[in-house]
Amino acid sequence: MYRYDEFDQDFVNARVAEFGDQVDRRLAGEITEDQFRPLRLMNGVYLQLHAYMLRIAIPYGTLNPRQLRMLAHIARKYDKGYGHFTTRQNIQFNWPALSDVPAILADLASVEMHAIQTSGNCIRNVTADHFAGAAADEVADPRPYAEILRQWSSVHPEFSYLPRKFKIAVTAAERDRAAIKTHDIGLHLKKNEKGELGFAVYVGGGQGRTPMIAKKVRDFLPENELLSYCTAILRVYNLNGRRDNKYKARVKILVHETGVEEITRQIEAEWEALRETELKLPDADIRAIEAYFAPPALVARPEGEEAVKTARLDSRSFGEWLDQNVFTHRHPDYAAVTISLKGIGEAPGDATDSQMEAVADIAEKYGYNEIRVTHEQNLVLPHVARADLRAVYDALVEIGLATANYGLISDIIACPGLDYCALANARSIPIAQEISRRFASLERQRDIGELKLKISGCINACGHHHVGHIGILGVEKKGAELYQVTLGGSGDENTSIGEIIGRGFGPEEITDAIETVVETYLRIRADRSEKFLDAYRRVGAAPFKEALYGSEVKAA
Amino acid sequence: MKVLTANRLTDGEAVWYATDHSWAETIDNSEIARDKAGEDRLEAIGKAAFLNNEVVDVDMIDIQLVDGAIRPIRLREQIRASGPTNRNDLGKQARPAVPQAA
Repeated sequence: MYRYDEFDQDFVNARVAEFGDQVDRRLAGEITEDQFRPLRLMNGVYLQLHAYMLRIAIPYGTLNPRQLRMLAHIARKYDKGYGHFTTRQNIQFNWPALSDVPAILADLASVEMHAIQTSGNCIRNVTADHFAGAAADEVADPRPYAEILRQWSSVHPEFSYLPRKFKIAVTAAERDRAAIKTHDIGLHLKKNEKGELGFAVYVGGGQGRTPMIAKKVRDFLPENELLSYCTAILRVYNLNGRRDNKYKARVKILVHETGVEEITRQIEAEWEALRETELKLPDADIRAIEAYFAPPALVARPEGEEAVKTARLDSRSFGEWLDQNVFTHRHPDYAAVTISLKGIGEAPGDATDSQMEAVADIAEKYGYNEIRVTHEQNLVLPHVARADLRAVYDALVEIGLATANYGLISDIIACPGLDYCALANARSIPIAQEISRRFASLERQRDIGELKLKISGCINACGHHHVGHIGILGVEKKGAELYQVTLGGSGDENTSIGEIIGRGFGPEEITDAIETVVETYLRIRADRSEKFLDAYRRVGAAPFKEALYGSEVKAA
Repeated sequence: MKVLTANRLTDGEAVWYATDHSWAETIDNSEIARDKAGEDRLEAIGKAAFLNNEVVDVDMIDIQLVDGAIRPIRLREQIRASGPTNRNDLGKQARPAVPQAA
């Protein structure tokens, strides 16, 4: 993986010192809250309901064991023994004291991590396919490009005060696991007919109160034009994006209001002026960054096939985990393993300090020192020999992280919601927990099949409810929590925005309502192979409305 | 009825302005404003404490008395006063004698 060079390390160290000084001056009363607030946000420090919150960037979701151990250390020493992995492949700590933040940042800098640009109207952490470098279906590892974008966008003077925040995601497979079409810029790395690498470029996706699917502005952008083209997009946005209204300031609104043809014309015109400048990436530079992501030297382990077969016969639960949480690797003797952070009844995305340390140990022993964080709030060991799968499984059982529910209804994305977040209107985590408990039976979950359920506690949609096969949006109505259900959303290569199905449900009703939706699906599906989303797309909302609202629908 | 709440600058701890004129870590001894004059007085205290860099995010919140105990009206404030509803071991409720929000 990428290693900081001397410039990176000096810069991060200097930033830690600078913020330490700012915190000192704030605590001494030398600067006001109004002066300090933008400074703390630039360093990932928010103020939530109970305490400050520190959001730490995990570039393209990639961690090594040393870094994960440091996160565990921070959780234990400065926080309350756990961390929360987010839908931006980041981690948040919910209880740090402001006075401790400089020490936390110094600890992070010692393992090449920071919290810069995890807030504010700038280019945020660049995300990528969590199976990057391991997936059999990718054309190349997308992370070198994410790293190039990270270097380019870090404290970029022109793009540090954009109209609004800006998110970029990169994938290199036809099967989109990075939800690129819900990002401000989505990049799909692919090869042209000559076998050259380049990107399909999508602009203007996003969720929040106005969900939009990104529009394709270019079908093939040569890889060396990555920065010139992204600069062109950002320039058009920076110049024309709305600054008069926070709710209309994202690039998705600009794309929508301008129209895709016109915005494409503007981007291309800007790009023409930029493409023969220093922004054109020299091939040697791309290859140098790529070298940092050279795949580990995976040794042949052909005994894996037999070992897995034997272990499957020996343990039904191992077999279920194998079916659900183990993903095909480009090397036939290896697999990518999803570590579910969605234990039945647990808060989605939370991991304790000791779990983080144990995962670091497992990655070291069996996983070529790599861990990934997924935007679905799970962890991944991208390179595990099939021969070691049983040992990895047993180690995960030990720490309570062997839940075999990847992609099933209990693999829920949920934002922190009203239990933590100052912006939330309703709770998310307890709803996720109750639904997870209701559908606890793995047999039932497997019968239901792939079903992505996503919960947000407010319209900002951090829980990605718009692209949940089933989405739940918590709102506040007359002082009480109310949950709206959307159906038919999807955040993959066939991205769609879910449709609101009808009136909302109270906290005591919502789990029953979800069960009704699921039972309706089971009743109407053509056969077991027809997934929830496919069935919904075939029949539409009507049978679900009928099942949920029955007589009300007829009366209306 | 209203009470004055904020987060402490140094560590972000949720605090309420108490009858003993301190910023207390629990809501139970908060000074209650029962009329406009009381609200104005608390607001002025909050503003001064903010300017004095003791607290941030100062707010006046609606409360009711339930069996003599102060209980915020809004769930958001109940959760601030008690802690996350999914983790009874965190927040104020983890301390003796602070009830859970929901």
